[in-house]
Amino acid sequence: MDQLNQWLAGLLEGNVIFTPQTLGYYWTGLVTTSQLVFLSLIIGLVLAVPLAIGRSSRHRWVSLPIYVYTYVFRGTPLLIQLYIIYYGVVFVEGIQDSMFWPILKEAFYPALIAFTLNTAAYTTEIFRGAIKATPRGEIEAARAYGMSQSLTMRRIVLPSAFRRALPAYGNEVIFMLHASAIASVVTLMDLTGAARFVYARFYAPFEAFIFVAAIYLCLTFAILYLFRYLEKRLLAHLKPLGGN
Amino acid sequence: MRHISLILAAGLVVGLFTGVAQARDDDTIRLGVDVPYEPFMFRTPDGELTGFEIELGNAVCDYLEADCTWVEQDWDGIIPGLLARKYDAIMSSMAITEERAQQVLFSEPYYTTPSAWITANDREIDIEDRDSLEGMAVGVQRATLQDNYVSELYGDIVEIRRYTSADDVVTDLRAGRLDLTFMDYPVAESTIAIDTAGSDFKRISGFIKEPQHIFGQGVGVAFRQRDRELAERFNEALAALKENGTYDALMEKYFNYDIKL
Repeated sequence: MDQLNQWLAGLLEGNVIFTPQTLGYYWTGLVTTSQLVFLSLIIGLVLAVPLAIGRSSRHRWVSLPIYVYTYVFRGTPLLIQLYIIYYGVVFVEGIQDSMFWPILKEAFYPALIAFTLNTAAYTTEIFRGAIKATPRGEIEAARAYGMSQSLTMRRIVLPSAFRRALPAYGNEVIFMLHASAIASVVTLMDLTGAARFVYARFYAPFEAFIFVAAIYLCLTFAILYLFRYLEKRLLAHLKPLGGN
Repeated sequence: MRHISLILAAGLVVGLFTGVAQARDDDTIRLGVDVPYEPFMFRTPDGELTGFEIELGNAVCDYLEADCTWVEQDWDGIIPGLLARKYDAIMSSMAITEERAQQVLFSEPYYTTPSAWITANDREIDIEDRDSLEGMAVGVQRATLQDNYVSELYGDIVEIRRYTSADDVVTDLRAGRLDLTFMDYPVAESTIAIDTAGSDFKRISGFIKEPQHIFGQGVGVAFRQRDRELAERFNEALAALKENGTYDALMEKYFNYDIKL
């Protein structure tokens, strides 16, 4: 660790803006952004699967409320949702004395809730589209084998739907990463928050923001690569024969 | 007909010359100002120019026994206007900075707005006892002098939350998400009516204007670099007004806090 610090100090010698301290801010920002995006995507994904099944249900009393939810969260800007959940919730009578306050008091959890609900809404619609696109013949074949509806869903519909949803979901993950840049409006020191801090401190917009843009690019590249790998493995059967 | 135009032309020429003569007259000082910026300079409903800086400027001129006229100029052209001799000095809440000092000559600073520590009425916080602040959430407006102050002096001990606007700070202070805030005092006055009877918040520190490397040197009168003599006269006058109570009387008329430097 000491060696690393020394190596860093040597590397940064004479650099006014990128001192070990500001790099520390960027590092905290990277950690916060990763936590926020990763957690909201995981929870959103877990929520989205049952919601997508419900959304494609034939029963209106199941599908309609889910439709309203996705419509509202896809139809309003994430920034507004974050404002409502962070600042708006304060004006709910008695919220400060309730058991939820310790959670809502911090900036992290309201942001996590907003991001999760938002990504869950988009992911639900992505999965619903994929479920709906299941070829009729596959379901009929499953029926012919005597599979029940839930077994059909589990063995036939969902696995192929996930595969079809993969490219669109990869986009959603990248969008979520970029959307997380608004977290700094509720005082979270995420990557963008760190960049704004450095900018304000040194009045150096180019250095502060180009550096953070490079970090976002690296993250995006990692996500792209992951999804490319997944697509290659899971969608191999859709590739033309003899190709690579 | 010919006579009339001759007279008119003569009048014009005379007028022109008197105009030039007036501009050259040493006892007329033209002051550039960007109006309005309440309560420093603004117009009363009947159009009269007034405010703290206007009255202070007039008092300086009275002291110097000079005639003063105010020339209105938009902010972005206010230094070029001075250099182009449209007026002889700028007295328009111009903060002294190094960049500006390369172009203009500043007088001694004559005011700065203070900042203060603020908390909710029902909280007992001793701001002098540094250790007792450990772990408290302090709200500041991002990238302000107040942010710099707290970051530099308290960054290792409190949790600093940076907000986009002062309104957001106030919302979270009300909500109890923040223990403290460090605010520009005029902002605290306009957002939470600090130091008035009905306010939910209280000031728990004095008016903080130092250290200078954070809060800057304050606001000064700007002159052309070569008008060193005029700047000296202004410095002398400002010092005298601060001494003889004129400054304090004006400050009390416009502010209920201390802006004196």
